[in-house]
Amino acid sequence: MGHFALDLAHLLAGGMVLVSFMLLYQNRMFGLLNVFALHALVLSASVAWQAWVQNAPHLYVTAAIALVLKAIVIPLALRRMVIRLEIHRTIETVGGIGLTMLMGIALVALSLVVMLQAAAEADPLAREDVALALSVILLGLLMMVTRYNAVSQIVGFMSLENGLILAAAGAKGMPLVVEISIAFSVLVAFIVIGVFLFRIRERFDSVDTHALDDYREGRQ
Amino acid sequence: MTSFLALLPFRPVDAVIAVPAIAALLLAALPGRRWSARLNVAASLLTFLLATTLLVERPPAGTYLFVDDLNVVFVVLGTFVGFTTSVFSASYIAHEIEIGRLTQGHLRFYHGMYQALGFAMNLGLLADNIGLMWVAVELATLTTVLMVGIYRTHDALEAAWKYFILGSVGIALALFGTILVYMAAQPAIGEGEKAMVWTVLVAEAAKFNPELLNVAFVFLMLGYGTKVGLAPLHAWLPDAHAEGPTPISAVLSGLLLNVALYALLRFKMLLAANPQTVAPGPLMVTLGLVSLIFAGFMLYRRRDIKRLFAYSSIEHMGLVTFAFGMGGPLANFAGLLHMTMHSLTKSAIFFAVGQIAQVKGTQRLSEIRGLTQSHPVLGWSLVVGVAAIAGLPPLGIFMSEFLIVSSTFARQPLLAIPLVFGLLVAFGALVLRLTDVAFGEPEGSTAPVEATYLPMVAHLALVATAGLWLPPPLVVWFQHVARMLG
Repeated sequence: MGHFALDLAHLLAGGMVLVSFMLLYQNRMFGLLNVFALHALVLSASVAWQAWVQNAPHLYVTAAIALVLKAIVIPLALRRMVIRLEIHRTIETVGGIGLTMLMGIALVALSLVVMLQAAAEADPLAREDVALALSVILLGLLMMVTRYNAVSQIVGFMSLENGLILAAAGAKGMPLVVEISIAFSVLVAFIVIGVFLFRIRERFDSVDTHALDDYREGRQ
Repeated sequence: MTSFLALLPFRPVDAVIAVPAIAALLLAALPGRRWSARLNVAASLLTFLLATTLLVERPPAGTYLFVDDLNVVFVVLGTFVGFTTSVFSASYIAHEIEIGRLTQGHLRFYHGMYQALGFAMNLGLLADNIGLMWVAVELATLTTVLMVGIYRTHDALEAAWKYFILGSVGIALALFGTILVYMAAQPAIGEGEKAMVWTVLVAEAAKFNPELLNVAFVFLMLGYGTKVGLAPLHAWLPDAHAEGPTPISAVLSGLLLNVALYALLRFKMLLAANPQTVAPGPLMVTLGLVSLIFAGFMLYRRRDIKRLFAYSSIEHMGLVTFAFGMGGPLANFAGLLHMTMHSLTKSAIFFAVGQIAQVKGTQRLSEIRGLTQSHPVLGWSLVVGVAAIAGLPPLGIFMSEFLIVSSTFARQPLLAIPLVFGLLVAFGALVLRLTDVAFGEPEGSTAPVEATYLPMVAHLALVATAGLWLPPPLVVWFQHVARMLG
């Protein structure tokens, strides 16, 4: 059981890193949303496995929130938004996909080196989990800086939050307060962003943050 | 006093958090009328009075809330600026409604959010739980994002979007740091709630894994540092200050930056309690100096008056971070004093700027001239405010800057060179801008100011008094806190 528990936890957390890489090279909006749903699905499985291994039933709640909200509700809502705003064309990225992927690999290497060393004495289950979670967080950040489009920036941000939940679930016995608040904050963040998107749409006729930059250049 | 407080049916520490929360709900639920601004003022005043009672009597530390010598300074200062800003905001908002920039519906939203922000900041300051503190800072970010975007113009939306994205990333990094602190604490303290309680953490910190704490501090520094507005993570700050309503600029500079700094200080104390960790000082000193010098140069190229003072906030927060990074009783004392003085001065300047922008109908520096002739009170208040923020004697900021510089000279003379350089650069920029705005030929509208001068004058009077004479009990208090900070 011991070894198997560890291996499966690593498999699932590693799966999240893999799906984060998949997010990086998506160049279609619907593809991006589908891969994000997959990201949330793997997160949900990973958290549920942690709940089982740690014998911490409250983590099942976190897993369920991830499954329902992030794997189903939010991708569907974003999909509707994309259709309504007619932005399902190719996503523009900063720099080439290849370069982004190389940077992603470097970030994962960095986080593994840093975390595995820093947490050398910690419980192995938590240690590798948090190292992989940091990779997911950094990849989410990378995605946010390499995309112009507001919807893909949101997806990047949510994948970053998925990494945070992975880290919180891995830290043994972390109080429930924090997890619920994370889920809640994602919801709030989503509403806020949604509101903003619609306003941005109203005012700029575009959800491409390029429009903001163009506007600013004109002003100065 | 103490016996009177014992008669109250609630603990003041709970009330400091509950009053803004209840007021936020009330103001959001009730239709916006003239008196909603008055209710806002009344609730802010009540919160401030309750906060001052924490100076005399404080409850024992609980799992969620606690009061100590450090956070009570922040709470009293914060609720005071919150109260004076609400007085300023009442007349400011009335004018905005008159000219049709805001509607009655906005008013309800604005006042509800104002109190929600007060709630979040007090909760963050009084929280005894690092998770709760994080939630409160996140809530404060969300409320200010919504208020920055309230005018719904191109610029306001851009500012809010930028603030939201950068703020969220910062807050996410801070959460990761918080999780790492929990992981470091958990083997020593055990699982569950207790390993996030700050008073327990700091008592047991010596037993934590030092390497994990080091990594955690880097994330906390970057995360909360984004909210402090430290360069190179400051990009949201000038936009958010320039495009939101001016009372919000005053609250952002006077309060929110301090709350983020407070969070940072708490974790610095945690690291200081563990002898094996890397000293967090150099990191804070570096980021502080970079912010100071960078903002000093950026001040020269500003065309918007609110943006100008936003960069000045980055400069001063950099200076405060530098002082706390240096550490030691004298530098910490100077840092605390500087933070207090900056909050008071900067919010007074924003009160003046808000009125100037309303009278002149513009925020462009080139279109505001000769204020001392057209609006003597406003013009001279701005002169005093800018003189104070630039660090001229005998005002309060001169004293704190002098202390920071002299303590740096005494301990690290080489660091004092870039420090003084940065201060001089910023000084030059402010004087350059001020001469045109305050003196020169009057330009634009000369309509009289309808708003109240009271909050602005009160703040400036406090700053001027502090420059000449600090009450001995306050000095003793700050010295004690400075020793606490290590």
